Amino acid sequence: MNPALLGLITIALGVGGCVLYFWGSNQVLDKVIFPANGPQAGQNINRANMVRPWLFLFPAIFALGLYLAYPVFETLRLSLTDRDAGGAFVGLANYNQMMAEPKFWEALRNNMLWLIVVPAASTAFGLLAAQLTDRIKWGAAAKSLIFMPMAISFVGAGVIFKLVYEARPADQGQIGVLNAVWLQFEGGIGSFLFLQLLPAIMLLSFAAIVAYVGWIFVRPIAESKERGGGKGYVPLRLFVGAAALYLVYLSLSSLIGVFTFDFPYGQPQTWLTIPFWNSFLLMVVLIWIQTGFAMVILSAALRGIPEETVEAAIIDGANPFQIFFKIKVPQIMGTIVVVWTTITIVVLKVFDIVFAMTNGQWETQVLANYMYDKMFRANDWGVGSASAIVIMLLVTPILVWNVYNARKEMK
Amino acid sequence: MDNIAGSKSSLGWAVNISVVLLVALWVFPTFGLLVSSFRTADQIVGSGWWASMFPSEQTERFRASDPDENRVQRGDLFVVEGNIFEENGGGGDIKSWGTSSRAVDAYQPGDVADLGDGETFTVDADGNYAWSGNEEQISGRGQRAFVTAETPPEFTTENYVNIMTSGDANDNMAKAFFNTLTVTIPATIIPIVVAAFAAYALAWMDFPGRAILIACVVGLLVVPLQLALIPLLKLHVGIGIGKGYLGVWLAHTGFGLPLAIYLLRNYMVGLPRDIIENAKVDGATDFQIFTKIILPLSFPALASFAIFQFLWTWNDLLVAKVFLIDATGQTTVMTDQIVNLLGTRGGNWEILATAAFVSIAVPLCVFFAMQKYLVRGLLAGSVK
Repeated sequence: MNPALLGLITIALGVGGCVLYFWGSNQVLDKVIFPANGPQAGQNINRANMVRPWLFLFPAIFALGLYLAYPVFETLRLSLTDRDAGGAFVGLANYNQMMAEPKFWEALRNNMLWLIVVPAASTAFGLLAAQLTDRIKWGAAAKSLIFMPMAISFVGAGVIFKLVYEARPADQGQIGVLNAVWLQFEGGIGSFLFLQLLPAIMLLSFAAIVAYVGWIFVRPIAESKERGGGKGYVPLRLFVGAAALYLVYLSLSSLIGVFTFDFPYGQPQTWLTIPFWNSFLLMVVLIWIQTGFAMVILSAALRGIPEETVEAAIIDGANPFQIFFKIKVPQIMGTIVVVWTTITIVVLKVFDIVFAMTNGQWETQVLANYMYDKMFRANDWGVGSASAIVIMLLVTPILVWNVYNARKEMK
Repeated sequence: MDNIAGSKSSLGWAVNISVVLLVALWVFPTFGLLVSSFRTADQIVGSGWWASMFPSEQTERFRASDPDENRVQRGDLFVVEGNIFEENGGGGDIKSWGTSSRAVDAYQPGDVADLGDGETFTVDADGNYAWSGNEEQISGRGQRAFVTAETPPEFTTENYVNIMTSGDANDNMAKAFFNTLTVTIPATIIPIVVAAFAAYALAWMDFPGRAILIACVVGLLVVPLQLALIPLLKLHVGIGIGKGYLGVWLAHTGFGLPLAIYLLRNYMVGLPRDIIENAKVDGATDFQIFTKIILPLSFPALASFAIFQFLWTWNDLLVAKVFLIDATGQTTVMTDQIVNLLGTRGGNWEILATAAFVSIAVPLCVFFAMQKYLVRGLLAGSVK
């Protein structure tokens, strides 16, 4: 049968079936099981109303349970078994095997880089775009254009950026924008400004922001000690503080590298094959997509800021930068955290971009692609499931945090 | 907001310029691909897409035709004559030419290059060339030359025609396009129906365990679907669905439900309580309230989720690869086909760019037409 026809029939059957189920089950409940007449009418109505929610919920609960909840446990079980041995229980052997693979550590390391860079850059660009577009007349049009990549598939974006990164031999015209720009640099003052000074400033500001965020997290510990009372989340705060310290150290130490690095001027580069840096070029794709999302949400949050606070700051003589960083940003901190975590989840699941652009070659492997490799190329379900569980473990803190917040809101 | 205290911001122009730069940076890559998809293969490899708006100078290497077959004797000399453009394709006005890769613009059209020992080579502005020398010189391989020609900007829709009608199953996107459509539409509609009822129950019906269920939905929102691949594939094979449309519809329904329920519930909770209570007092059943009051009022939320789910299923690669595409490759979707093209046709940008744009075009249209609902859905889903 023609798949399109099959699709139409499925829509009819699916939608019709659902409606029939909801309508029919309600009818059966009201007319047959607990009829709202006769001697027990009142009691029956109450009983029917107790059962009804479950009729409404049943298809959703069934689908959620089967397609999301059950697989979590089944994957956990699979990660402890060996497919070749007929599904025998092998304890942590799969995990051991995975840990022994350099590719896994490469994927984990890259994922950590992605986790730091992509949410940070997307949120920062989104905040910048939101703040700037809110002040100008054609802001709505600008927003819509920055938001547009949201509609583009990761694969499509991969093709778009492969063209940007395309390299041609040195004696031919370059068709990739990046190489065309790169060949404009020849070691003069312009090259120093753009390739050394600008990255140095970016590194410094990154270090400053990280240090600031780390300080925000650590400060309550110091303060609560002064007041003589411990506050919650101390391990989390310490962890964030330590991570921030490490990142500051990392960015400061690479400052020296920026100034001493010997750039191969005049040579077109095959960007995606340069280890370590190629991961960043892949991250650019996701940042490009996610910035629009961050911008839309942060822009709504910025507009929700009470005008009085800004007015008061202006009257007190604050400059636009002070208003932005000291008045506006603290007030939308909650939204920034939501945006950050949402993008973090996207990053953890990133698969298509790496799969389409490098397929994990040249040290660009990430966990999701590693898992796909294991499951469907090597057909090793044990190790594949084990790496899926690693992804799940990385998501879990956000899951717990979201559920905690949702419950708090409902009360 | 800047004018509140009565002072016009001096940063106005700086803001405008920054936004222009930012927008340009964001639009440039996509625009490049769009422009490339309207250029021929030769044009794409000849110059960057940004140069295509202007007359382009293209330098190409070619060889004179095979001397052993085409040479003619004129007096003592042997001559090979021909036209570059007729033999190698292309066209335009030749600006300069050369015989060595180190000096591709050594000669003007009409100049005669002396290749030593009486061997000469000449090229005209319209592409005619003549290569002459003694018998030994005019033999072996044809003389190499580098020609820089100026061609006017030229765009063509040929790529799109090719890719939709190509006989090669690997290049033809028409089938993949309809396959994608076939996956997308049921996978968008079915979860909406299922989720709407559940969201209503979670928003407006009182029963024990409601809070826990909502918490579960919030938790399931972030469960990576990677975990579901193997268990569900085993399940599908086990119950006889195997790989195919039914499987991918079910999978998309399952994976889309948490967001659907979450978005719709958040929206429905905000509907005015009075309307629903009045209807109850008037004797409406829950089923009637849902279909007659809640559903029509929730249209914006339904639209937001429909857009999300549509974009997600249209753009999806992983779920289709696992649950749909079997060894025969008959059910391939566009994202998968593009990935395959990236592997087999890595340098054929006219095919890649066009294929990518065929797949991008539909979501972009939906995006620009329904942006309002998309933004609203995002805000409902994230900002509290």
